[in-house]
Amino acid sequence: MRLLNRTAGRLSRHRRGPLAGLLVLLLGLLLTGGLYAAFSPAQAQQAQSDEELVAQGRELFLVSCSFCHGQNGEGVRTSGGNQLGPSLIGVGAAAVDFQVGTGRMPMAQPGQQAPDKGVVFDDEETAAMAAYVASLGPGPAVPDASDYSLEGLSAGERQEAIVRGGQIFLTNCTACHNFTGAGGAMPRGGAAPTILGVEEKYVYEAMLTGPQSMPNFSNGNLTPEEKRDVIAYLQSIDDTPAYGGFGMGGLGPVAEGMYAWLLGIGVLVGFAVWIAAHGARSNKEKVES
Amino acid sequence: MSSDQTGHGRADAPGEGNLPERAHDTTPVADPIADPGLPAHQWRPTDVDPRAEKRAERQIVAMFGLSAVCTVLFVVSYFLFEIGEVTTTIGGLGASTVTLGLSLAGALLFIGIGIIQWARKLMADHEIVEMRHPGASSDADRAEILAALNTGLEESGIARRPLVRNSLLGALGVLALPVPVVLLRDLGPLPGDVLEKTIWEEGMRVVRDVTGTPIRPSEIQVGDLINAEPAALFETDDEGEPLYEGVPLQVEKAKGAVIVVRIEPEEITPGEGREDWGIDGILCYSKICTHVGCPISLYERTTHHVLCPCHQSTFDLADSARVLFGPAARPLPQLALAVDSEGYLVAQADFDEPVGASYWERDSR
Repeated sequence: MRLLNRTAGRLSRHRRGPLAGLLVLLLGLLLTGGLYAAFSPAQAQQAQSDEELVAQGRELFLVSCSFCHGQNGEGVRTSGGNQLGPSLIGVGAAAVDFQVGTGRMPMAQPGQQAPDKGVVFDDEETAAMAAYVASLGPGPAVPDASDYSLEGLSAGERQEAIVRGGQIFLTNCTACHNFTGAGGAMPRGGAAPTILGVEEKYVYEAMLTGPQSMPNFSNGNLTPEEKRDVIAYLQSIDDTPAYGGFGMGGLGPVAEGMYAWLLGIGVLVGFAVWIAAHGARSNKEKVES
Repeated sequence: MSSDQTGHGRADAPGEGNLPERAHDTTPVADPIADPGLPAHQWRPTDVDPRAEKRAERQIVAMFGLSAVCTVLFVVSYFLFEIGEVTTTIGGLGASTVTLGLSLAGALLFIGIGIIQWARKLMADHEIVEMRHPGASSDADRAEILAALNTGLEESGIARRPLVRNSLLGALGVLALPVPVVLLRDLGPLPGDVLEKTIWEEGMRVVRDVTGTPIRPSEIQVGDLINAEPAALFETDDEGEPLYEGVPLQVEKAKGAVIVVRIEPEEITPGEGREDWGIDGILCYSKICTHVGCPISLYERTTHHVLCPCHQSTFDLADSARVLFGPAARPLPQLALAVDSEGYLVAQADFDEPVGASYWERDSR
């Protein structure tokens, strides 16, 4: 008690000091801020943040996307009637998360193919744009990790998922993406990309939203569980070592033919040249023994 | 006159005497320009330099030695690495396959390289001329054969006994008769309407391939593609046995496969008489290409085009699967859709034309 009194006394001596007013003001502010943070309604703060996110997303959208997709995401048609950028109303947050998150959007130029050329926006900016586009019209949300994650499956369940996913994949996906998932050519200069080594979330979002010319496999078409099974199958392809040797891209007869002609026949020609080459000759005569 | 002649390196120019008979040859006998013959043989370093010879010998022995080492490695890797499920790998490749392949390739390759090196460096490499000689047998041999043949014909009496000869020919002719009968019979029976009909029928549900689940129109969004099959392929009889199994299952699956897509209704140009074949933009077409019957589902939702990967035939699903490009002669057959009392997609009827590739009896619709 004496100690406290002594401390109070020491403080009291400074009560008219030049910094005392400032200190009290700072203390008051800290207290108010702290109390507000502790007791303010969490809901109100969340709504505020969502609104801010949408506003931030709209600004990013106006700078980076509106040239092709229109200032309100309504899509732009060229004077020839072709589509410069499709309407984004109703594509949902999942489409933005896929397109921007894999670096396909913003596109460098309109074209048949939207190459994944490197991610431009960070996660926060992507989320902001996704929130803005989702606010334009109802569409699929960014999937939760529990939708596509294979964590928590026992070895047996995982094996079942791989078998089921394999059948679904072979029926629905191989036409364009090749039965090894390596991708393939599409009409008018397009290409179906490889889907090996792609993050689970993006495989799921691609099925959900159908990027570019790919048809979608919405939840009414393939259930979330079936989509997860496809991901399990793709991972099993990725994990399987190449027992048979080099896969040469897994692209089929074109790639294999190229290796056969350039490497295989090249080596054979090299040997033929070596066999038939006229070797070194000497000017000396052989001394018959 | 000898029929063949060999000469070594510095052989004299082959003169008239070296050539085979020229009785029928009308070219001038004397060569207008003297044949210079072969140039003087040049020896290799290994022929004249004992050290080079020794070196080449060591090289060849080393190649054969390496081959033996590879063979030993082959045997070692055969026993070292398990074949099959065990996942021993080297650089992501199957260890057994890689080591067996490389060691066996080395064992054969080094033998080959050694033999070639041997031939190039150490074996004699004199230029040799071998003259061409006639391929026919000698006159004496030919006369002898002819005589034997004539004797045989004479002694068999085939010319003197026409009855025997003709009855033999007749028996051979009769023997040939059953051949076409058997062969032609095995071409049958005629296929009937197998090529024209599938198992689709009025009221049969359109179900997802693999899972066999029925489809509600509300589950399909614009841009969706569903690879579907007739429900009968997934149904079982009273005892739980599938209705279709084995080869019949594969046949019906191959003929009945369809793709279901949903397109914005205003983008669809319905075919004549096909106005009620879709449901709110949901259309159903045969999955079998009309060119040579590849299953196709390379669907671009932005253009509504389906591409066949085999020969690039392209169909516009928004316009009755009209052929836009490629060798296909006719559109994909369309399956008329309806909704049953429980709200699932069903077929209105079987396809109104044969699915898949053209065939001889098919009319040119």
